[in-house]
Amino acid sequence: MPGIMKVEHVTSGYGEQMILNDISLEIPSHQISIIIGANGCGKSTLLKTMARLIHPTSGHVTLNNKPITKMAPKRLARVLGMLPQSPIVPEGITVSDLVGRGRYPYQSFMKGWSQDDYEAVAEAMEMMNITEFADRPIDELSGGQRQRVWIAMALAQQTDILFLDEPTTFLDITYQVEILDLLTDLNRKFGTTIVMVLHDINLSARYADYLFALKQGRLVAEGKPADIVTSDLIHQVFNLRCSIMVDPVSGSPSVVPIGRHHVREDEDELATKLEWV
Amino acid sequence: MMQQTIDQIRQGRVRRHHRFTFVTVLLAGLTLSLSVVMIMLGNTVYPFADVVRVLLGEEVPGARFAVGVLRLPRLLAGLFAGAAFGAAGTVFQTMLRNPLANPNVIGITTGSSAAAVFSIVVLQASEAVISIASVVGGLLTVLVIYLLSKGASFSIGRLVLVGIGIQAMLSAVINYLLLISRQQDVAMAMRWLTGSLNGVKLDELPPLMVTVGIGLPVLLVYSRQLEMLELGEMTATSLGINTNQTRIVLLLASVLMLALATATTGPIAFIAFLAGPIAKRLAGPGHSSIIPAVFVGMLIVLAADLIGQFAFTARYPAGVITGIIGAPYLLYLLIRMNRKGDL
Repeated sequence: MPGIMKVEHVTSGYGEQMILNDISLEIPSHQISIIIGANGCGKSTLLKTMARLIHPTSGHVTLNNKPITKMAPKRLARVLGMLPQSPIVPEGITVSDLVGRGRYPYQSFMKGWSQDDYEAVAEAMEMMNITEFADRPIDELSGGQRQRVWIAMALAQQTDILFLDEPTTFLDITYQVEILDLLTDLNRKFGTTIVMVLHDINLSARYADYLFALKQGRLVAEGKPADIVTSDLIHQVFNLRCSIMVDPVSGSPSVVPIGRHHVREDEDELATKLEWV
Repeated sequence: MMQQTIDQIRQGRVRRHHRFTFVTVLLAGLTLSLSVVMIMLGNTVYPFADVVRVLLGEEVPGARFAVGVLRLPRLLAGLFAGAAFGAAGTVFQTMLRNPLANPNVIGITTGSSAAAVFSIVVLQASEAVISIASVVGGLLTVLVIYLLSKGASFSIGRLVLVGIGIQAMLSAVINYLLLISRQQDVAMAMRWLTGSLNGVKLDELPPLMVTVGIGLPVLLVYSRQLEMLELGEMTATSLGINTNQTRIVLLLASVLMLALATATTGPIAFIAFLAGPIAKRLAGPGHSSIIPAVFVGMLIVLAADLIGQFAFTARYPAGVITGIIGAPYLLYLLIRMNRKGDL
């Protein structure tokens, strides 16, 4: 059952402060979607609302036309997984035990691990290249290794849809690319629908099949990166002047920001031309 | 490749499981031995055979009173209160992901005591009312701490600090109540201040035994949900946990057990604080530490009672002995957490 996820007129936020304002969208199935936008624009809130971590104050999020808040939590957890930005590591827990916790939605009271559980955990760990750490406590791993363990936990959950809130933040560029490659593998191998929030606009444009651009709680643009990433859009969303180039490696659009300093003489003209933006 | 990984994972799990089982059986064995020692030891040491005959209901001159009326209730109170404090303490610590966030430190047991002392001194209430008051007092304390620490966003550090403040305030209330109390109430109220197995009667035990008999299985049924809660609110929710329901069930079961244990033996200092971390350290990662914590709780209570009774020329209540062990550990944790920047 490939889940079709829709957000319908959702208004949401923490307490009395509204962060999302009447958002409607449909998540493209079996693709990688990335939500972009400036700090505080509601990217993370949108992701959390779609993952039923925040209940919308009006409107609803539906999976195959059924509001997710009306679905049994454990059943929903077999279809929809979410890796929050800073998950908490229980003290002393080993890597394989943590990955195994992703199997909770499939397990019942007092039963041990089934063969399926073992296979799912092993497969997830192999895919994330963490089998060598299986019996080590998480506390001993580096940031990049830890992030792979968390993604493995989400993989062991074997959901059709996977949400990730800034999975590459706090990681070196090498690990950022590694994580995004692994997620792309996952998408290509299993057709997993992936939605994530990412800070780096260039990596977003490269790795996303589809982009959602948010500004002040509203959806201002959506579409394939090549279709929607323009200097106008970047200025509108991030309030930043820029020049758009073609990424020589991937052919996707690449954003080159224009600040007040370090603008080449011959490009001064370009800069003044862009003043109107 | 895949099979190799599965085998590796399975071996690791089996290893951790063996350690857990070994430690749990060992703790159970120690608890049993200490129980036997406790029931044989006293002003007169009765042989094991006599003790068994008394427990089977036979008439053994002298031993029947000492064992059946004095030592058996004492032992049972120690076992059930130890189990209640140990289990509830470790549940709080796991749920709030902080060893300091336990019923002793954040004032939940003090809340029970304060309500009980109030019922004794001011209301002149009956035993039953006092027990109910202690349960209500414990629950109210949880509620007040939760509301005060909620703020804009929930923080466990703030909860611990608020709890320590509440604990101090409630202690002051108890002291005030004792000052204004009538002479004849003081003895009864004192029992709510220092935990002790002295003077427990057999017919006072059923409420505690029934509560532990129901509460402990509830905690065990919810132990897997509790493990998921440890991953944080968001991860637990995305794994399909109803976090609010889980927390309410765990809190209610724990506070009921705590309050009734406090009603029976008084607040035996630091058991709820010490049992969880000790159990976890011994049993290793990968399993819920509720069952080992139950045995560690029982062991500390029994050991403290035996030490208090026989190690010194004067007799001390169990709570004084556990206080001497627990206070330095509390200081150690505070200093360590302060260094880590958790507070």
